[in-house]
Amino acid sequence: MYAFTFHRPQTVRQAASLLAKNQEAKLLAGGHTLLPTMKLRLAGPPQLIDLSLIDGLAGIEQSGRSLTIGAMTRHNDVNTSPVVQQAIPVLAKLAGMIGDPAVRHMGTIGGSIANNDPNADYPAACLGLGVTIVTNKRRIKADEFFTGMFSTALEPAEIITKVSFPIPKKAAYQKFRNQASRFALVGVFVSKRGSDIRVAVTGAGSNGVFRVSSFEEALKKRFSPKSLEGMTIPADGMNSDIHGSAEYRAHLVGVLARRAVAEAIGKSAA
Amino acid sequence: MSATGIGAAVRRKEDRRFITGTGHYTDDINRPGQVFAYFVRSPHAHATIRSIDVKSATAMPGVLAVLTGAELGADKIGNLICGWMIHSKDGSPMKMAAHPALANGKACHVGDPVAVVLATTLAQARDAAEKVKVEYAVLPAVTDPAAAQKQGAPQIHDVAANNTIYQWHLGDAKAVDAAFKSANHVTKLDIVNNRLVPNAIEPRAAIGDYDSGTGTFTLWNTTQNPHVARLVIAAFVGMAPENKLRVIAPDVGGGFGSKIFIYPEEVVALWASKRVGRPVKWVADRSEAFLCDAHGRDHVTHAEMAFDVDGKILGLRAKTIANLGAYMSTFSSSVPTYLYATLMSGQYEIPQIYCEVDAVYTNTVPVDAYRGAGRPEATFVVERLVEVGAREMGQDPAELRRRNFIKKFPHQTPVIMNYDAGDYNASLKKAMDLADYKGFAKRKRDSARNGKLRGIGFSTYIEACGIAPSQAVGSLGCGVGLWESAEVRVNPTGSVEILTGCHAHGQGHETTFAQLVSDRLGIPIDNVSVVHGDTDKVQFGMGTYGSRSGAVGMSALVKALDKVEAKAKKVAAHLLEAAEGDIEFKDGKFSVAGTDKSAAWGDVTLNAYIAHKFAGQELEPGLKEGAFYDPTNFTFPAGCHICEVEVDIETGNTEIVAWTAVDDFGVVINPMIVEGQVHGGIAQGVGQALCEGAVYDKEGQLLTGSFMDYCMPRADHLPSMNVDTTVTKCPSNPLGIKGCGEAGAIAAPAAVINAITDAIGTEDLTMPATSSAVWLALQKANRMPHAA
Ligand SMILES: Cc1cc2nc3c(=O)[nH]c(=O)nc-3n(C[C@H](O)[C@H](O)[C@H](O)COP(=O)(O)OP(=O)(O)OC[C@H]3O[C@@H](n4cnc5c(N)ncnc54)[C@H](O)[C@@H]3O)c2cc1C
Repeated sequence: MYAFTFHRPQTVRQAASLLAKNQEAKLLAGGHTLLPTMKLRLAGPPQLIDLSLIDGLAGIEQSGRSLTIGAMTRHNDVNTSPVVQQAIPVLAKLAGMIGDPAVRHMGTIGGSIANNDPNADYPAACLGLGVTIVTNKRRIKADEFFTGMFSTALEPAEIITKVSFPIPKKAAYQKFRNQASRFALVGVFVSKRGSDIRVAVTGAGSNGVFRVSSFEEALKKRFSPKSLEGMTIPADGMNSDIHGSAEYRAHLVGVLARRAVAEAIGKSAA
Repeated sequence: MSATGIGAAVRRKEDRRFITGTGHYTDDINRPGQVFAYFVRSPHAHATIRSIDVKSATAMPGVLAVLTGAELGADKIGNLICGWMIHSKDGSPMKMAAHPALANGKACHVGDPVAVVLATTLAQARDAAEKVKVEYAVLPAVTDPAAAQKQGAPQIHDVAANNTIYQWHLGDAKAVDAAFKSANHVTKLDIVNNRLVPNAIEPRAAIGDYDSGTGTFTLWNTTQNPHVARLVIAAFVGMAPENKLRVIAPDVGGGFGSKIFIYPEEVVALWASKRVGRPVKWVADRSEAFLCDAHGRDHVTHAEMAFDVDGKILGLRAKTIANLGAYMSTFSSSVPTYLYATLMSGQYEIPQIYCEVDAVYTNTVPVDAYRGAGRPEATFVVERLVEVGAREMGQDPAELRRRNFIKKFPHQTPVIMNYDAGDYNASLKKAMDLADYKGFAKRKRDSARNGKLRGIGFSTYIEACGIAPSQAVGSLGCGVGLWESAEVRVNPTGSVEILTGCHAHGQGHETTFAQLVSDRLGIPIDNVSVVHGDTDKVQFGMGTYGSRSGAVGMSALVKALDKVEAKAKKVAAHLLEAAEGDIEFKDGKFSVAGTDKSAAWGDVTLNAYIAHKFAGQELEPGLKEGAFYDPTNFTFPAGCHICEVEVDIETGNTEIVAWTAVDDFGVVINPMIVEGQVHGGIAQGVGQALCEGAVYDKEGQLLTGSFMDYCMPRADHLPSMNVDTTVTKCPSNPLGIKGCGEAGAIAAPAAVINAITDAIGTEDLTMPATSSAVWLALQKANRMPHAA
């Protein structure tokens, strides 16, 4: 690690002004993405702005048909929250699939979506549920937020404060793990809320999380795995690396989407 | 059997300190005034070093020195060596290139140490290392063993034309050709044995400490064999004579072979300590470990097996190219030769075997022994050939094995080894019963109903352990003898210290060696301490690897205990005023035959030291004896592992649903520890088969340089394992022990791949059988239901 100055602001406003003043500063949430890269000296921000002392950034709340999760809420708290388990059970389950216990007790939802790792789980849930990301400046729809791998619509000095989840009627997530990292090699999130049907894919795309409109159209006719029978997506634009070819990833998107829909309607895919 | 004697499942004495964090690993040791070493490593796989500018680095805060190969050469520090001479077919000696501890004009793999920074803190050393300016002229690189010998491949070392270290062979090529001509069926396979990164939980570390007052060096080091390290660093590197070099291996957190070898970093820590006049500490981080710990395996093989009409094996031939990496590591030359081809007979009566091995240099991390060392590679070749042969001939794979098993012992194979004892039918039968082989067909149908392909695979493996008879290995080129030593020091009050030349780094010697002493002397196990890992305490020893500590190390201990008992009987005779020949020793008590006179162990040991009952000219006081034991043969653990898998037809994901292991390790000292060794070995073997694999890109960069990309086996890769044993006593050592440390890693890969290929119905699958590899194999075999 390189030396850095450590700031511990008490309010979002203080954090934002520190961020505005120091171009190269970085926000620190759970640190489970940022700190490993600093230890490897791949990143060396001269200033770290810790969000953990700011009141009100963590927490889970339900009001009507929407669930709000604070940016500093740890994966483990989402995983074990009775409110989440009741309102959007798949979200609790997804949080429990992230990394290992150490990661889940430190990592936060805000950090995860701000980072927008192309293999991360939360971006699939956010896009797959059509969430609204709330920052200190504005509200951003998930469809506009994730702009490419490791990139988001966040502006400099913009801080995520919470994420607002509409509660779906049916939803499921199928994660096929990269055996080494245990991130998603491919993960498919499906949801149905009235006529809004979403299929979001993480891990597969070379430009981060994306929606599969052909699958969504097919599912609009009937929300059943049968509707996706024989459907795949083109391998163009898929990631290809030592863990799987673009063809394999494209193939898995079809398989996992069918399995996710089956899970969402409470049936087995076979 | 006593509660703590041979055969008892005694809890491991050492676990208390390991589990409570009170162990003492090299990194826990800090010397007064110590400074830190940080290595500047080559970012290129193959490059000429044009210049190294250390000026600005040396000026950085806290820096004591920045040293390079130039200073190393000026101080006449010798090169690292490979200690096993292999001759090629044409009689020429292997082509060992110079391996300086710091690169000398050329870097040959990514991670090759080029310079070292010594600074007061590690952070300062790291900061300064970034300021060392090395000008490289990058050369084309080669990483694939099969490509290394090709025309036009980059030349790595001048001494080795076509990057070829040796072209070795074993067996009678003509006789094998004749056998193949008479064959009814020939099975042919192309096999890649994937390169593995050992990844012991404790990374390597070294502290060099030079005492200018006495002119002596001390090295704390994560080594499996401190005496061999001292020998090499004294005799070949020339750091100091052995009497002025002390090597201490404190608690060591796993080795799996990778800590046998003598590495550049410990040599540099010692040398730099003299240069800067301060103790020098180096601890690898995980990224460094990936780039500088010797890797394992990495073979490319074509193999063929010939069968007659009845399915009897007539012959086997194999041609292997073994990747030894950028330099020849300490024992690298022996692994793909005498630890590999000599096991090609497996458990079978094979009349003729011929094996050719070319060893090559590539621009990769050096490759050397890794758990099993050569024997997993051999087992994979033999057990795949037999399984595929059975499938091709439409025979039951168990039945084909049974028909070919060696049934009479001793058995001389055509590839040097003379198997002393075994009962291969017994382990096969027991394993088949435990695995419910008969019920497999029904389980397969049930799986099919759930859209899963089920498969079953055997591995009836053999290994040669108890390494090794010194004369035999000497005649095969080994630079050292592979005997072991033991010393038994009995204290006046009867407690005992035993000193062994073996070294435990996970094996539990503090428990098992004490069990042997407890059993033999009838004293509580807590009254026995095991001393190892310090060249100032233990006079000499060969260390721990090759499942040798039980068979060789404990045999030495038996010899020393024999002497202790003989001497103690003399003392008892004086004490009990009886003739020495009338003294009997049993259950910790000396008694006079035919009388009720007796003396307890503690009485006799006390009298040995107070020496009141005998005159000095009759009997020496004290009770301390030592012994060296040189084995008469290798030992031959063998057994049968059966793996059952379910493959997800849509994703290619493999789940191991059942594992049965029935091993014959001869006499078992501690069944709980043995079971743990089997579990760990299977886990590593499953790792090789399913997920582990070091991958280099064309430029020689290690793509799998962290756990994000290099997949270690995890608990959820494994089912609950059904582990059992059969026993044939080993006739070649006094305790009848064969060894158990490597069996799982040797047996497992073939069992897994045999099971998966059985499930998917195609043999075209290489390790690691990741889900994407299995899916691809299924695609190629065109069996995908959703191949849209
Ligand atoms: C071993 C391991 C395994 C993992 N496995 C998985 C996995 O399976 N699936 C998965 O999805 N993830 C996985 N992760 C990543 C983990 O979930 C991270 O914790 C998460 O992605 C980042 O969250 P964090 O709170 O740790 O953020 P940090 O590391 O603190 O920050 C990450 C980035 O986000 C920025 N940031 C943080 N908070 C905010 C905010 N409120 N507003 C704006 N910017 C912000 C930071 O400046 C930084 O650039 C794993 C991590 C590790 C170490």
